[in-house]
Amino acid sequence: MQEPTHGGPRRLVHHVRAGDIEHGGLASAQIKRQLSGFGVAPQDARRAGIIAFEAEMNLVVYSTNGGTITVTVSEKLVDIEVADEGPGIEDIDLALTPGFSTAPPWARELGFGAGMGLGNIQANADWFEIHSHIGSGTRILCRIERRRHDASGHRPTTRT
Amino acid sequence: MTLRDIVRQLGLEVVAGAGWLDRDVSGGFSGDLLSNVLAAARPGNLWITIQRHVNVVGVAQVAGLSGVLLAGGEPPAAVVLAKAEEMAIPILLSRDGAFVLAGRLHRILVPDVR
Amino acid sequence: MNLHEVSRLLDGSILTGSRREDIEIDRAYAVDLLSDVLALTDERTTLITGNISPQVVRVADILNVIAIIFVRGKRPNESAISYAETLGIPIIWTEKTMFETCGLMYANGVRPCKNRPMAAPEG
Repeated sequence: MQEPTHGGPRRLVHHVRAGDIEHGGLASAQIKRQLSGFGVAPQDARRAGIIAFEAEMNLVVYSTNGGTITVTVSEKLVDIEVADEGPGIEDIDLALTPGFSTAPPWARELGFGAGMGLGNIQANADWFEIHSHIGSGTRILCRIERRRHDASGHRPTTRT
Repeated sequence: MTLRDIVRQLGLEVVAGAGWLDRDVSGGFSGDLLSNVLAAARPGNLWITIQRHVNVVGVAQVAGLSGVLLAGGEPPAAVVLAKAEEMAIPILLSRDGAFVLAGRLHRILVPDVR
Repeated sequence: MNLHEVSRLLDGSILTGSRREDIEIDRAYAVDLLSDVLALTDERTTLITGNISPQVVRVADILNVIAIIFVRGKRPNESAISYAETLGIPIIWTEKTMFETCGLMYANGVRPCKNRPMAAPEG
């Protein structure tokens, strides 16, 4: 965490409930709006909103007990951390494969489970890490470098 | 209008079921929710979708569709193609998105629209 | 075409945003899967969908979609409509299929918008 500058980094914490289809996605829409309110550029707020939305729906559809989306805004960065307590992803490489999905039929009929979610997250992040262990849960870290997005730029991925 | 005519006119790639291109196309159907296809698509329709799931083939077969037109360029997995051959469902592929494909197919099938 | 003309073309009705009938609808994207919507790189597009899950308007909001056309006679619930109203995103509702909706709009000069190529390997 960097030293506070100009009032310091601002932090948003949203709790997401498992299985709550009715409210799923509201936190992300709110995050996008809050970021705009903090002066984050529209295209960066949009990218953060997309990352948050995919992560939020993952928490709704897959997590055991829901999870938390934490967004930290500093002068140059927007950091998004998504954490849950399980069940954990068995094979991360497979989960990252476009088109692969373990979504249940009910989720597919709502338009989820196209197997593009983690890909969308990666595509909108300048830095992406995913850590997952069966039993202990999944943690995703994304970083957006504010207003320096290059669509063809290097996007490192770490997985454990 | 046969699948073969449509393949030619829209410049599509045939990735499975090339032996059944003489099938007549009764109309078009566009959408990605499988239950909706089962409920609303008519027999003989050519189904435009971005879905790549293997269930697409089963749904097309059950609904009696003439074939499936996959939008968005990416070919489906080998297991999907094998299933399509087995069930005699032609799978067509285009780089274009569903909106354009529906627009162009509609123009061919319903030419009177202004 | 503007919003009002599109609505008339589709024998539809405008459920919100009656004050924004003159907004120009020149690009569209037709899809039921939300992740595919989230791969859109173009802003200012119109979304054509038969998906009435509560997430659709939220996704439209995040992506800066300018209008949503709900097809197949699928009507979103009132809370989704009023949410769209507060965001200023107009909604057209039509009984026509997605196929026919695309056909009519394409024939009237509406063009596709760009998205990230589907399933393209990233990074």
